[in-house]
Amino acid sequence: MSERILEVEDLAVSIPVSAGLLRPVQGISLHVDRGETLCIVGESGCGKSLTSLAIMDLLPKKAKRTANHIRLAGEELGDAGERVMSDIRGNRMSMIFQEPMTSLNPAYTVGNQLAEALKRHKNVSDAEARDRAIYLLEKVGITAAASRLGQYPHQLSGGLRQRVMIAMALMCGPDLIIADEPTTALDVTIQAQILHLLAELQREFDMGLVLITHDLGVVARIADRVSVMYAGQIVEAGSAEQIFTSPAHPYTRGLLECIPVPGKTRPGERLGAIPGIVPSLIGDMPGCHFASRCPLAHGACNTAQVALQDASDSGHAYRCVLPASETGTVDFKGAA
Amino acid sequence: MLIYAVKRFGIAILVALTVSVLSFSMIYLSGDPAIALAGEGASQEDIENVRRVYGFDRPIIFQYVDWLLNALSGNLGHSNYLKSDVASVIFERLPTTMILGACALGFALILSIPLGVLAAIRPNSLIDRIALTIAVIGQAMPSFWFALTLILWFSITWRLLPITGTGSWLNFIMPSIALGYYVTPAVMRLTRAGMMEVLSSDYIRTARAKGLRPATVLFKHALRNAIIPVVSLAAVQFGFMLGGSIVIETIFAINGLGFLAWESIQRADLPMMQAIVLVLSVFYIVLTFLADMLNAFLDPRIRVS
Amino acid sequence: MSDAVSTERPIVVTAQILEPSPGALMRRRIFGHTGFMIGIVVLATIFFMAIFAPLISPGDPYDQVLSRKLIPPIWHDSAKATWEHPLGTDLLGRDYLTRLFYGARISLLIGFAAMLISGVIGTTLGVIAGYFGGRVDMVVNFIITTRLSMPVVLVALAVVSLVGSSLAMVIWVLGLLIWDRFAVVMRSATMQVRNLDFVTSAQAVGCSTPRILFAEIMPNIANSLIVIATIEMAHAILLEAALSFLGLGVQPPEPSWGLMIAEAKGMMFFDAWLIAIPGAALFALVLAINLLGDGIRDVTAPENRN
Repeated sequence: MSERILEVEDLAVSIPVSAGLLRPVQGISLHVDRGETLCIVGESGCGKSLTSLAIMDLLPKKAKRTANHIRLAGEELGDAGERVMSDIRGNRMSMIFQEPMTSLNPAYTVGNQLAEALKRHKNVSDAEARDRAIYLLEKVGITAAASRLGQYPHQLSGGLRQRVMIAMALMCGPDLIIADEPTTALDVTIQAQILHLLAELQREFDMGLVLITHDLGVVARIADRVSVMYAGQIVEAGSAEQIFTSPAHPYTRGLLECIPVPGKTRPGERLGAIPGIVPSLIGDMPGCHFASRCPLAHGACNTAQVALQDASDSGHAYRCVLPASETGTVDFKGAA
Repeated sequence: MLIYAVKRFGIAILVALTVSVLSFSMIYLSGDPAIALAGEGASQEDIENVRRVYGFDRPIIFQYVDWLLNALSGNLGHSNYLKSDVASVIFERLPTTMILGACALGFALILSIPLGVLAAIRPNSLIDRIALTIAVIGQAMPSFWFALTLILWFSITWRLLPITGTGSWLNFIMPSIALGYYVTPAVMRLTRAGMMEVLSSDYIRTARAKGLRPATVLFKHALRNAIIPVVSLAAVQFGFMLGGSIVIETIFAINGLGFLAWESIQRADLPMMQAIVLVLSVFYIVLTFLADMLNAFLDPRIRVS
Repeated sequence: MSDAVSTERPIVVTAQILEPSPGALMRRRIFGHTGFMIGIVVLATIFFMAIFAPLISPGDPYDQVLSRKLIPPIWHDSAKATWEHPLGTDLLGRDYLTRLFYGARISLLIGFAAMLISGVIGTTLGVIAGYFGGRVDMVVNFIITTRLSMPVVLVALAVVSLVGSSLAMVIWVLGLLIWDRFAVVMRSATMQVRNLDFVTSAQAVGCSTPRILFAEIMPNIANSLIVIATIEMAHAILLEAALSFLGLGVQPPEPSWGLMIAEAKGMMFFDAWLIAIPGAALFALVLAINLLGDGIRDVTAPENRN
């Protein structure tokens, strides 16, 4: 069995707001092995990004994080202070953000910002840092890498900036990379390139990769395992194959019905839609978070504590009161 | 950058020319400048004399061009009252006002930038509230009254500082505070707002995600960007302070340009008034030009494009 | 467990139904804003003093009784202090409280009138520049830059000394000088509004330019306009005081607060209260106007705070 890079157990985030306590992330557990890609999928506002920021301990000041465990390669980080975390961030665990246009400091050159990450964590000379930066810029597919070092972010396109961000995340040779919707802000043609690049680099450097996305097409292509999030919770987790071929949670089924599948979806066939809106996550919410939008919901769904249960296959879990055999009857195609 | 500089320089020249027209036309505000210049009780003959000597009988446009060409060659006119060359008097007084302005600006920046930064790091904290209170009070206090109050405390009650004159650096403490405090609210607010905006930006999150130390994040990544607009503001405020020094210099009897301006206004010394307005305006124009250049230099988005 | 749950849901629903109306929300914001409340109370008091000065004054602002000069205010431990002159008398034996009341009139009048003049000039320039952009904007920008490069106090003093100082002249000179902030802020505010969809749609249905400016643009920049108006009114009041202090603003025997400080300057080492009282009044007035302006900004556009 390969090495477990990241293990998160019962992670929760709460933010005090004027109307009460907002709980955008509740009871998240997940794990990533070396060389493995975990995709976290879900619609906007489901808590995907906050989950990743919580793992990095980069939450906004107001937000409070609790967790049973956050282990990086076996080391417990759940109660680590800022000093310990800052030694780990960018060193053993890196993050790539959604907005390449604004994620680089406009006042400093690319070379400066790349070298800075390495020099903070490793005892290297300027020349070594520079060499490493050039090496990685070439790795992420930037031509004339040496001359790019002297350029400022505003001189680069969005795609190039995201490549620089990826190179920056790799500077210290991390065990784990968390990429939060790294292609959402980019042109469609460039999205595919960046994803390929991420997958390739992950294999080459044998890292764990957590990829956060709302794009199921992306997931289908590069995920080893998938966690589906809805309203702050993981509603289904399993291997990519399990999720795509035998989804157990009504929400996952709904999501899959919303995307056209080449070869499967006939021309003119109606795509599914999930009616309703995401519930407010202020205060305690009993029952299933998806109940208000679920065609299969019945009385018990509103009150019962719904835990993750195992589906038929191993390592495949879903959060629903119904047995997996019954959730198959759900139909979202008439809803739109 | 070069194109930007040339363009900006062209505008500066145009503004300076417009200001020169305005300063020149100032002498016509009182009606007949010849009467004003000749002074009270002058005979008709004297007035006609003045009119001829100064060329007030010629078309205004010629008078202006002459005046401008003279000004450009360093001849700002002749003060009837002081019986002396205006330019030499002004440049004798200018350094004192510059020192005062620099001290006042220094005081303002030393007080306002750290306070603004601290307030931005901890919004709604005690230090933020203190900074806000200082800003609100600072904006409402009449500078001349504040100056008199300083004199009352530091010179009369505690006998710590000399009241008037320019003998030692001690003389500059109260005037600098009185002149500089009015600038602090604006600089503090801008620093605070800029820091708050920068601190919530994506690249600060990136810097933290790299594991950089808090001090590096704060100074290298945040302050460096937040300070850019403060530079322009400081230059503008420095210009305002030179104009405002007339009140402070009068109170503390500091022999600078402001005091000279007040004296000249009292004596109706027209050429001197004209020249001081022109010099201070041109100085402000140069200052804002330099500030824009410094700004462009600090901001690579302008510099490298 | 399920009992607790069933009571909790309806509470959330009622809270939504009972959501306060916009008017109630506004009232709550106004009364909850300490600065705004302090500002409005102080300003109202000074306004009251100014309007009813003839009725509430203990004396006459110009009446000189040299035998009763320099009576200290009542809180002074002095045998001369008397309730006849609660704030004492000045160098010429004039009742200080009365002069303070009448001085409020001058400050408010000059502040308001100069603000109006500068507001009309600055707003016109700013809105035109912001709405039309291009060359018009360049010209207005140039005018603003030129104005900013002339030192206000110095030019005001010089002009007033040349054309002669009177209340009206001070108002005009200040009004013609301090419009720059109006222009700058209105320009950028108009630029922001100009590109919004409702302006585009008004243009699309063929509304005339004046109609768009007054019916579409103005209501949406009124907030910033009011805030700048308070700032400039305070600015004008401070400038008038400074001008009068230097002897080139309001002329004696008028009771301008700045002039009162100037007249008392020679006595300040012996009778500090002579400058403390009008100075404090000036400070309170300007502070109140600024607090009111900040309050209006916070109350009308809470998202703009900081």
